[in-house]
Amino acid sequence: MRDVAIIGVGMNKKWGELWEVSLRDLFVEAALNAIENAGVDHIDSMYVGCMSSGLFTGQEHVGAMMADYLGQCPVPATRVESACASGGAAVRAGFMEIASGMSDIVLVGGVEKMTDVDGDEATYALATAADQEWEAFNGVTFPGLYAMMAVAHMHRYGTTVQQLASVAVKNHLNGSKNPRSQFPMKITVDTVLNSVMVADPLHILDCSPITDGAAAIILCPADRAKALCKNGAPVKIIGSGQASDTIAFHSRADLTTIESTAKAAAKAYAMAGKKPEEMQVVEVHDCFTIAEIMVTEALGLVEKGKGGPAVESGETAIDGRIPVNPSGGLKSKGHPVGATGVAQMVEVVEQLRGESGDRQVKGARLGMTQNMGGTGASSLVHILEVM
Amino acid sequence: MSTARAWREYPRRYRYEAATCKKCGKVFFPARLICDACGHREFEVKPMARTGTILAHTVIRVPPAPFKDQAPYAMAVVEMDAGPRLTCQVVDLQEGQLKVGQKVRLEFRKVFQEGPAGPIQYGYKAVPV
Repeated sequence: MRDVAIIGVGMNKKWGELWEVSLRDLFVEAALNAIENAGVDHIDSMYVGCMSSGLFTGQEHVGAMMADYLGQCPVPATRVESACASGGAAVRAGFMEIASGMSDIVLVGGVEKMTDVDGDEATYALATAADQEWEAFNGVTFPGLYAMMAVAHMHRYGTTVQQLASVAVKNHLNGSKNPRSQFPMKITVDTVLNSVMVADPLHILDCSPITDGAAAIILCPADRAKALCKNGAPVKIIGSGQASDTIAFHSRADLTTIESTAKAAAKAYAMAGKKPEEMQVVEVHDCFTIAEIMVTEALGLVEKGKGGPAVESGETAIDGRIPVNPSGGLKSKGHPVGATGVAQMVEVVEQLRGESGDRQVKGARLGMTQNMGGTGASSLVHILEVM
Repeated sequence: MSTARAWREYPRRYRYEAATCKKCGKVFFPARLICDACGHREFEVKPMARTGTILAHTVIRVPPAPFKDQAPYAMAVVEMDAGPRLTCQVVDLQEGQLKVGQKVRLEFRKVFQEGPAGPIQYGYKAVPV
């Protein structure tokens, strides 16, 4: 297996409710930025992470469409879908294509255009990541499922609503330093606790937003990375792990553990030959505040049950022991579902290159991303090291 | 929802039919074709006991469109005494009953209606006991 490096990254200038931008233009803008950043004159193949372009815009077959509008036909172009982990799964597909020797330069992008439908339709589209027949049929929503995770975690470990709110406060503070962020405003614990209740105990400010956005990266064999890379240092993907779990949240062995993330992380740590305590910057899937708490535990960054106190005491702040979501995370930066897993790679690459401005984690050379689908039925973990 | 899609699940939604693995005894709701514990493919299908315990709960205040007329409503993850877990609404609640450890029984109820003149979908909701 060949080693794989990231030599270019790109996103849209800003994420948010981009009513003037179409699904295809969202993707192409980010992809062109990544190609330009890498400085490559061609790509051999491309993957598009996208959860539900069909329900959000009526368009399927977006692999070929994006190759077309990127001016790259006839390169092979495949869409990858794993709900909210579509982006991370697309990254892994591109990683495997280079590692296997099938291709030398691969573009991996992720995109979601979520604001062409109203709130009800968007909620419906997102709920398709749960078990339609045995969860959604009975009226549960995604905030509702994560709310039940929160209740189970609070019941077992004494996690508090203030600790949940602290995740949002930290991520909005980080996001206020990110020019691409959809909601860059700073908030307080009281702002969160006084915001509208969506599914007890989760308030609207415990939830990630509905976002239009795209992100892209360029991959190549690590032994060619330094020669090909035109801007900034190449970043090697030294670990990649993926795991699945039951589609229904209620069937999980332990309602307070995101087991697929723990399993994916174990594989990624083993491949990289690294330990949790060596990570210097981490981007995780904080679709809801409780998710960040449970994910930091599943990744082994904090002790089981201690995710709440860790965020409350500042351990996961940019200047803390283990900085989590310096980008602002899904909470503040935005969560265009199919793009999220790729955007996490963009953030960590920029952090490892030292290009993150006010939100830079000083001296970071080793970082990690964690992206998950549904309530954790899919998880992807990648470990990155600057070359 | 198509008639066939609704109809094929009647045995689970109306009669709580669960499948017990004939080799290792694990109980599945709904039934599946292969046991995820032992890989066996033969099951005994019969209604499961309708009683269980709440493991986690919430109150849905921003509902999906077909549930707008019911919001806010309580939901829970229930561990059935027969073994399987499920997610459903909790109704006929008294103060203080929406809690971890609360014993419940599944009752046959209207789940939602598709539009003012659409088909009515029936199934189970949990009632505290």
